Amino acid sequence: MQGILKKLIKNRAFLLLVLPGAAWFIIFAYLPMFGTIIAFKDFRIHPGGFFESVLKSEWVGFKNFEFLFSTDDAYIITRNTILYNVGLIMLGLVLAVTLAIIMNELLNKRLAKFYQTAMFMPYFLSWVIISYFVFSFLNVEKGVFNQLLVFFGEDPVSWYSETKFWPYFLIFLGLWKNAGYGSVVYLAAIAGIDRSYYEAAMIDGATKWNQIRFITLPMLKPLMIILTVLALGGIFRSDFGLFYQVPRDSGALYPVTNVIDTFVYRGLTIMGDTGMSTATGLYQSVVGLILVLLANYAVRKIEKDYAVF
Amino acid sequence: MNDLSKSMERTVLSAPGKKKTRDINAISPLWNFIFNVGVCLFALSCIFPFIFIIVISFTDEKTLALNGFSILPEVLSLDAYRFLMRSGEQMVQSLGVTLAVTVIGTVLTLYLVSTYAYAISRKNFDQRRFFSFLAFFTMLFSGGLVPGYIVVTQVLHLRDTLWALIFPSILNAFYIIVMRTFFTTTVPDAIIESAKIDGATEFGIYTRIVLPISLPGIATIGLFSTLGFWNDWFNALLYIDNPNLIPLQTLLIRIQNNMDFIVQNSSQVVSYDIAATLPTETVRMAMVVLATLPIALAYPFFQKYFIQGLTIGSVKE
Repeated sequence: MQGILKKLIKNRAFLLLVLPGAAWFIIFAYLPMFGTIIAFKDFRIHPGGFFESVLKSEWVGFKNFEFLFSTDDAYIITRNTILYNVGLIMLGLVLAVTLAIIMNELLNKRLAKFYQTAMFMPYFLSWVIISYFVFSFLNVEKGVFNQLLVFFGEDPVSWYSETKFWPYFLIFLGLWKNAGYGSVVYLAAIAGIDRSYYEAAMIDGATKWNQIRFITLPMLKPLMIILTVLALGGIFRSDFGLFYQVPRDSGALYPVTNVIDTFVYRGLTIMGDTGMSTATGLYQSVVGLILVLLANYAVRKIEKDYAVF
Repeated sequence: MNDLSKSMERTVLSAPGKKKTRDINAISPLWNFIFNVGVCLFALSCIFPFIFIIVISFTDEKTLALNGFSILPEVLSLDAYRFLMRSGEQMVQSLGVTLAVTVIGTVLTLYLVSTYAYAISRKNFDQRRFFSFLAFFTMLFSGGLVPGYIVVTQVLHLRDTLWALIFPSILNAFYIIVMRTFFTTTVPDAIIESAKIDGATEFGIYTRIVLPISLPGIATIGLFSTLGFWNDWFNALLYIDNPNLIPLQTLLIRIQNNMDFIVQNSSQVVSYDIAATLPTETVRMAMVVLATLPIALAYPFFQKYFIQGLTIGSVKE
């Protein structure tokens, strides 16, 4: 006991430094984790405050989960979340690596720098702003798409209520917004590859394509795996703004735009169903944790050095 | 480039009449052209929408109603901006909220992130493993939206206060990873050891030695944080009802379907007449332009700090 106290006193300067941040984590991250037990309760607000409300609310076991999984919603939001994320992760990886390799090969470096700056632009804008961009194309009466359709003699389309286009729109926008961000990391990694590999390969008569295939891609592999494992851990989470703000919360589009995050948000704000929303959030967090641990375990089995932790 | 490739460049490309030397391992001009066209089109698609919105905001409202959104409008007009100058109180109020939240939030973020990351970057901090875990576990597991919402509204009672826009976002594990990596890679242990021998305290070392040489790292986190607060609308969606506390991005959501919101807070009495002739579509786009312009103008200059943060953040330890 005295030993512990002595250690704490010895480290008091460091402890004082971490104190504000640690307090934040406890209040804004760990207290909500404790709060997830209301997923198993019928949450009622008690006058005694948060702890009393959480502890005194009646246990209902898995009723909130049963309620969630008894509807079609659970299937739809899980399917949408996973399919969109798999699409975004895979295509995003291909796009980022391709862009990085191409940009690295461009002869005019100043032009390449300009492209990079331009491609970074969407990353710095909020989904609210981008939803206005999208609106200028998709608005029924004034939008660019319908103007073009009418010009070519087609009937205008009511874009914000036609579900069949939205999977493509959402995937495109997700890729488009993050392409600049994604390619930067790989561009930096390519710049860090020892040039003598390429020179040796060239002397041996390797074509550019073979150099990319046998030097660049293998050298990028660890980074690709690490970033993909991390992304897979978030496969149950979605970029809320993309799925809520860009489709303008259009009810007709829910079948293809509703993901776990938007479902939880609407459950809380519109239906006020605290128990079921918490249960959905817990389902999201637990499956997400299992997935990242599994992905990391699998990578560790195959190639130990590539594991994230 | 090392000597070998330089000498090869010389021998191969010093043919008479050819002034430009070309790296013989470079792609052919044809492929260069094809790649340029491809990347250029994509890059243009990234900036075109913003230019389009600017043009729309300067379009005459009647022309717009007649012809739709167009990149080359027949009649230009400043009406949207004139309207905002005249009755843009709500816009100014929201801009004030956004600025206050961004400044206060970023200062607090820098304080929390730098202190925490510095402590866990030091090997002689006995509890560093525990506090590292405390931070990084939050990346793997979270309580979710609803319990967080309940904590903010019922434990801290922050609903309808500026703090509800600030506190939930002032810290995250990613910032700490970037900052810690920055400290461990740029602050040499030798400096700290010698300062200790000279009798400096841990606080003294942190404020007088570590912070000054870590300014680029601080700038990186500061920019991430500034951008995050400027672009945030989710916290306001959850916690704010009072129109006086609505940040710019959330104001843009409120006016999406209903332009009345912008005039209801105006000191002028707005008659139905004015409401009917309100240049709605162009005013919306003008507000989008004003909310985006600071970022669009500033980010090319700060880009390198972002790139630094991103590349540091993805370095595995």
